[in-house]
Amino acid sequence: MRLVPTPEQRELRDAVCSFLAAASPMPAVRRAMESEPGHDPEVYRRLAGELGLTGLTVPEERGGTGAGHAELAVVLEETGAALLPGPFLATTLAAILLTETGEKEILAGVAAGTTTATVVLDGNRALNGAEADVVLTIDGDRVLARTDGERRALRTLDPTRRQALVEPGGEVAAVSAAGIARARDLFAVAVAAEQLGVLRASLEAIVAYSRIRVAFNRVIGSYQAVKHRLADMHCTLEQAESIVRYAAWAADEAPAELPGAAALAQAYLGRACFEVASGSLLLHGGIGFTWEHDAHLYYKRAKADEVLLGPPRVHRARLADLLEL
Amino acid sequence: MDLEEYRRRARTWLEANAQDGPDGRAGGASDPGGVAAAKEFMAKLYDAGYSGITWPAEWGGQGLTQAEERAFAAEAAAFTLPTYVFSIGLGMCGPTLVDLGTDAQRRRHLRPLLRGEEIWCQLFSEPAAGSDVAALQTRAAATDGGWVVDGQKVWTSVAQHADWGLLLARTDPDVPKHKGLTMFIVDMHAPGVTVRPLRDMTGRAHFNEIFFDGVHIPAENVVGRVGDGWNCAVTTLLHERLSIAGGVGMGGQKDNPVAFEALRRTADTADPVVRDRLVELHIRSRALALFNQRLAQETKAGIFPGARGSAAKLLLAELTMFQADLATSLAGPEAVAWIEDGPGDASPGGTGNGEGPGVGTGDGAGGDGGTAGGDGGLAHAVSLAPAMALGGGTNEIMRNIVSERVLNLPPEPRTDKNVPFKELRTSGEAPR
Repeated sequence: MRLVPTPEQRELRDAVCSFLAAASPMPAVRRAMESEPGHDPEVYRRLAGELGLTGLTVPEERGGTGAGHAELAVVLEETGAALLPGPFLATTLAAILLTETGEKEILAGVAAGTTTATVVLDGNRALNGAEADVVLTIDGDRVLARTDGERRALRTLDPTRRQALVEPGGEVAAVSAAGIARARDLFAVAVAAEQLGVLRASLEAIVAYSRIRVAFNRVIGSYQAVKHRLADMHCTLEQAESIVRYAAWAADEAPAELPGAAALAQAYLGRACFEVASGSLLLHGGIGFTWEHDAHLYYKRAKADEVLLGPPRVHRARLADLLEL
Repeated sequence: MDLEEYRRRARTWLEANAQDGPDGRAGGASDPGGVAAAKEFMAKLYDAGYSGITWPAEWGGQGLTQAEERAFAAEAAAFTLPTYVFSIGLGMCGPTLVDLGTDAQRRRHLRPLLRGEEIWCQLFSEPAAGSDVAALQTRAAATDGGWVVDGQKVWTSVAQHADWGLLLARTDPDVPKHKGLTMFIVDMHAPGVTVRPLRDMTGRAHFNEIFFDGVHIPAENVVGRVGDGWNCAVTTLLHERLSIAGGVGMGGQKDNPVAFEALRRTADTADPVVRDRLVELHIRSRALALFNQRLAQETKAGIFPGARGSAAKLLLAELTMFQADLATSLAGPEAVAWIEDGPGDASPGGTGNGEGPGVGTGDGAGGDGGTAGGDGGLAHAVSLAPAMALGGGTNEIMRNIVSERVLNLPPEPRTDKNVPFKELRTSGEAPR
């Protein structure tokens, strides 16, 4: 079991991190979320093209990079920490589904970064469903794909990521019950990696603020009421990171452990991420409740991610089943 | 010899010489035979070259590397070695003497310690100096050819068997508290030393109180320099953390009545609330186990975990409380009332134990885990659970350490730093 990133994974992280710091800092995120498409198409184009990240886990013979889910987790952690708007996660989930079910044609465009795609979730919702080129529907053991169909943008709690009601269905693109089951677990791991990034960034923000914000002639980070909360949040981060590394390792190296690891990842990360994001917001004090401050954006992403793949009880029930309770 | 060969030989030796039995904790005052057997085993372990694997050869060690030590520990994990009474000496006192002792001290003490001929205890904590150890009051006054010690120590493991103690005492009350301490080697059989078992909330005596009443210590038993005791103690505590970290998770879970595997057998998992509580226990246990594994992998890769180990300790303390609380809540009334001396009765605690506390018989395991706690095992577990949150630093101290040394937040205000010790407030004193 490998729980520590390799030097190559750390390099990948640094590359994504510096790209996002330059191309999508928080002021740019705010401009993008208020823009008509809800994201900066140029940032997505470079992320998919220049960095080749939409094809990261797609096998080389199908036009991708052939990297593992440990690498994908490192990338999603950074896009999560940056609250990157746009269809990157949606397209990544689609790439996972198409890869696992052996589809080739749509995947080629996704891996090349020229096609955006999304997967229909419960209630016919889809991340970035209004603008995705391809909408994928899981129907039993089949994956259906369509480029047409009605799309209706939804209002969302999280202003940094759009959702839409879409029309499920379309042509059969692939058939694979096992591939679909594995893809669902990989969705859980991918979202957990994003949650880890959101959690980490939320904690870093409040730690930095508690070193400079002064009350009663002391920085607030010198009060035990504050620093003990932050210590607990750090403990949460340590466990969260350990679980994400484990789940990503299982995805790459130990397929038999993946279902349990994936359910564990969603059951732990969903709660952990929202708790840390809300703790961070509250410790900021009144400023955290303003639109102008970023704390609410992390808080809202954390809540949106926690319920993205279904209500938290779904993951806990899955764990109970896997543990044969 | 390459590592594989070393490991193979260790395994062969362990299979021939170690039985899978109690860890020696049972070798209490009520069971002196247990200590004798433990000493016999330790001598064999030493003679085979598996005691003091990384200690310098000139002082009786094997002079090998961490790699050999890890290899041996990995093989030994499959057995329960009766080394408990030696753990303070091997983990803390001995390594401190290796680092800071005089050659005469090392020559006199280290080999008998490694061979299990002499048992050591550590004497730092006091009733009025727990989290704040440097506030200790036990006084060592200079006298002809040495020192005279008066005071009281507490939370001392294995002192009832100890031949020697590593003592921290105040030699100068006129300077700030960290500067007036000195470390000593004290003969636990010397006149004026009284060891009294300390009955803890489990009803058993896992620890002792030690009273020093005009105890003479010869000058050559000072460890390090006079007045440098705090720095010496930091060395000892560093070794303590390393030895605890090394041993964490070594205990078998198979007999633990509050572990997940026991609860799934005994709890009503048809109840969705029960099922979800067990899922929560699984989540927390896996989260901490994976964190510990990640820290171990980082250490192996040369990333020193430092104060992040305190985060792991804090999480373990919280998990221990959660687990015991959950197990007793799931079991219901029979967790807290059971027939004494029934089959597998696990707790001699309770009232009317006129002989004084029994020392640690059947510690920790408690029954066969096959019942819902009707044998006192769960009552013992819930009574023992706070120990993890108190020993080795309270949860609050752990949170201070994590926030200050991992998150780099400001340290606690230290109003005692530059004040002579004798002018400091003590507990119970009226506010100044």
